[in-house]
Amino acid sequence: MAQYVVRRLLLFIPTLLLISIVSFTLIQLPPGDYLTTYVSQLAASGDRVDQAQLAALEKRYGLNQPLYKQYLKWMRNLLQGDMGISWQWNKPVTQLIWGRLALTLLLSLSSLLFIWIVGIPVGIYSATHQYSAGDYIFTIVGFIGMGIPNFMIALVLMWVGFSYFGADVGGLFSSEFQSAPWSIAKVIDLLKHLWVPVVVLGTSGTAWEIRSTRANLLDEIRKPYVTTARAKGLKESRLLWKYPVRVAMNPFFSTVGYVLPELVSGSTIISVVLSLPTTGPLLLSSLMGQDMFLAGSFLMMLSILTVIGTLISDILLAWVDPRIRYAE
Amino acid sequence: MTSMDVSDDTGRGSGAGAAANARTEDRMFVASQWQLMWWKFRRHKLGMIGGGVVVLFYIAALFCEFLAPYEPHERDINYVHAPPQPLHFVDEQGFHLRPFVYGLVGERNPTTYRMEFVVDTTQRYPLYLFVHGDPYRFWGLFDANVHLFGVKAEGGSVFLLGADRLGRDMLSRILYGARISLSVGLIGVAFSFILGILIGGLSGYIGGALDIAIQRIIEFIRSIPSIPLWLALSAALPPEWPPLRVYLGITVILSLIGWTTLARVVRGKFISLREEDFVMAARLSGANELRIITRHLVPSFMSYLIARLTVSIPSMILGETSLSFLGLGLRPPVISWGVLLQEAQNLRTVALAPWLLTPGLFVVIAILCLNFLGDGLRDASDPYVR
Repeated sequence: MAQYVVRRLLLFIPTLLLISIVSFTLIQLPPGDYLTTYVSQLAASGDRVDQAQLAALEKRYGLNQPLYKQYLKWMRNLLQGDMGISWQWNKPVTQLIWGRLALTLLLSLSSLLFIWIVGIPVGIYSATHQYSAGDYIFTIVGFIGMGIPNFMIALVLMWVGFSYFGADVGGLFSSEFQSAPWSIAKVIDLLKHLWVPVVVLGTSGTAWEIRSTRANLLDEIRKPYVTTARAKGLKESRLLWKYPVRVAMNPFFSTVGYVLPELVSGSTIISVVLSLPTTGPLLLSSLMGQDMFLAGSFLMMLSILTVIGTLISDILLAWVDPRIRYAE
Repeated sequence: MTSMDVSDDTGRGSGAGAAANARTEDRMFVASQWQLMWWKFRRHKLGMIGGGVVVLFYIAALFCEFLAPYEPHERDINYVHAPPQPLHFVDEQGFHLRPFVYGLVGERNPTTYRMEFVVDTTQRYPLYLFVHGDPYRFWGLFDANVHLFGVKAEGGSVFLLGADRLGRDMLSRILYGARISLSVGLIGVAFSFILGILIGGLSGYIGGALDIAIQRIIEFIRSIPSIPLWLALSAALPPEWPPLRVYLGITVILSLIGWTTLARVVRGKFISLREEDFVMAARLSGANELRIITRHLVPSFMSYLIARLTVSIPSMILGETSLSFLGLGLRPPVISWGVLLQEAQNLRTVALAPWLLTPGLFVVIAILCLNFLGDGLRDASDPYVR
């Protein structure tokens, strides 16, 4: 077990390197470099282009050097905590992204929690009450939940909220808390707003969770050991929770690693629709405006986030299911 | 030997039920694999319904020029954000077999300067089949102006699903959008299919270090959140590209992640099948590797692959829709469902003209039905399990 964890952790390092290379390549893909964009933006706003400042920036990010040197420079700066400057905001990237990344993580983890809290019990109910009215209703709801794209749910919710309740369901904070420092009241305000995106983001995942829990548990409760336990007079509830449910949960641990990236990725779009102060809208605008340090940092941090998620789920799986072989 | 020979063989057994049983059993034994799959698929009601709707959608996409009542770029300033005109069969004179729509009278609101429409029941526009209307070039091959239905009367209009901010017919635009959005799914899946079967096959059949390397690469690609990656890649598409190239670029970007799922499936199948007895038998009777792969391995999991392919079409369609919706995918004047939904981003507009959301309804129906079809096909793809 310890050996397996160590091996997974070691594998984490080359993955991080690869991610940084991919992010850097993506930064470089669009024509022109950041300085040309920056200069044209300065010129457009009527500012004087300071040659000395330009030269300093060029030197700082090594823009006149070959690509691999630029990459090394970028990496070196990154390791020192300098992610470059966002041309659009004229601020260091580090000032812009941490708060948004934290909210993205909060949103994704809350959705994950929502998926489990709703999906697993409903899945267990569906499996133990197979072909009952409730089972059929949940199956239909599940199918529809999987079929509707997240951003459609967000759009329709926004529309219904706006035209029938006169309320703006978007955003994560009320206007009075938007730029206020963190306080208990702000946290409560955040929780009041958070449930809308959590439900929107979690719908398809919940539907999927219901279906897979149901299928796994149905497979499990037909196995002979369940019959044996029942024949020995074990109470039905204890029998269910002690063995089949636990085994049926295994596939669920193995998919956590894929669910988290999907949530992070899905939150990008719904954040734009619901105008949430998470990574989505800023990533989009940075990509549209070729604000490449900002975009690259976002890509990198989001990818790292999901790789860590996968890592945790792999270790969890190995810990929960002793049948998993640690060796390759 | 086909199953028909056997099904013609009328039962001669003692009990009718037993004979029927034996007959179906006989039929099961001699039916070809594809026939068994069809029988099994037929029992999957949702799959059948989904399949039917999907076929209808693709036919509509294929013949959208003819089915659409208007040319999708045709603007009419008199019908800006005109509401949907429902079909009527009954008026004060009673029932008419020929459906008709009532005319719309637009008036500019003096305070908001917005066009407001009133249904004018004195104006009746009956609908006719095969009317001559806006000219189009069918499949880019020949000019025509016949549309499946439309109004003949001068000054009449038929906007069954309303009109957008330039007075363009939503139904026509949705039909044209179907052609782009639905074909992105097919072409994207074709790309991922080729990549997946090639790389997955190599990984599974050769194994060893190559297998490990490919598996690591797949794991890596899947660990990057897909939508940010898609966004970054489509932002890198040069803005001066012609629409067709952007379209191809988007499908390639979408299949860049899509192939990984398929490659895993193919690899798994190769690994489990290469140890099977029939492969050993083929090898012993002197078949070479290429023949084993193409004649024995691939056909044995082809059906499964097709089912998996169907399941991955919706995510491609969703990908295109999402990208275009965010303004990073296809751009006007190209019409896709995502491009149409982009117009629904503005809440105030949607509150006044909720029919701008109808493309979303079509997206949902298409994806649901493709999911149902995929489910049915997956169940049917292994017909020997009962």
